[in-house]
Amino acid sequence: MRISSDQQIFWHYGSVKLNGTIVTTWALMIGMVVGAWLVTRRLTTHAKISRWQSGLEIVVTSIEKQIGDVGLANPKTYLGFIGTLFLFVAMSSLCTILPGFDPPTGSLSTTAALALAVFVAVPIYGIKDQGVFGYLKSYLEPTVIMLPFNIISELSRTLALAVRLFGNMMSGAMIVSILLTITPFIFPIVMTALGLLTGMVQAYIFSILAAVYIAAATSSKKTKNHDSKPLTAT
Amino acid sequence: MDSMTMIAIASIGTAGLTIGIGCMTPALGEGKAVSTALSALAQQPDAAPTITRTLFVGLAMIESLAIYCFVVSMILIFANPFWSHAIAHVAGK
Repeated sequence: MRISSDQQIFWHYGSVKLNGTIVTTWALMIGMVVGAWLVTRRLTTHAKISRWQSGLEIVVTSIEKQIGDVGLANPKTYLGFIGTLFLFVAMSSLCTILPGFDPPTGSLSTTAALALAVFVAVPIYGIKDQGVFGYLKSYLEPTVIMLPFNIISELSRTLALAVRLFGNMMSGAMIVSILLTITPFIFPIVMTALGLLTGMVQAYIFSILAAVYIAAATSSKKTKNHDSKPLTAT
Repeated sequence: MDSMTMIAIASIGTAGLTIGIGCMTPALGEGKAVSTALSALAQQPDAAPTITRTLFVGLAMIESLAIYCFVVSMILIFANPFWSHAIAHVAGK
């Protein structure tokens, strides 16, 4: 039994291998880009807009609203990054209804790459918002003693992001394949439906956690006066 | 009892214990978090979006502990490094 789609080799030439994760990731990326291009080709602001444009507008505005709810001041600045994370993870788990599709997020390399993107993006946004020294000073809060713990939390939450998404996606596929050998009639379908729900929740959580980390890095100075410090977690 | 049997017994037993204890304790934590969130929702329905979002993030935090245990038990069963080492040792002999 293979744990991830990394071990599924599609094509290899010499030492160059093309595994299942790369193929599904690129298929998903191409599908999403072409789909978005097709929808946004003819944007209108008339009273009557096309169904696809309406659907895409709902997605974009609700992501923007969620980012704003977390406590980020300008949601539009972060919409590109966090929205991309959400849409990629959500689409990769939604596409599991296609037969033969292994979600690319069920491989630790994909989720580690996504978590590393968050790990790099947090200091970038933090430095952009409050300068290098302002950002570095946020490591010394509340006291200097907390410096090693802040650094550890920075690393451990990256690990947690990667392993959480990987574990959830992998366990969904694993449970279905185990159930197929035990009760192959109805239960796999039920668990697949539950897997779709879990996938959406994980996509939401991944993007919300990224937003929360960015909010903690960008606005630690502004929220010191009143007692609405953004939620931080390891 | 040779070393491979010992490795197999230890791995399977540990995998069962890992997933058993590792599901039990986060379940207690999640139940407590959800019940507290429900009473908070009953008291302040206006704050529902904030409570729900915080609940989701907190549940994800708690659940990731259970997921770690699941990953460890999956590694012990399907991708056990000690087992592979023993297999390689036997094959090399």
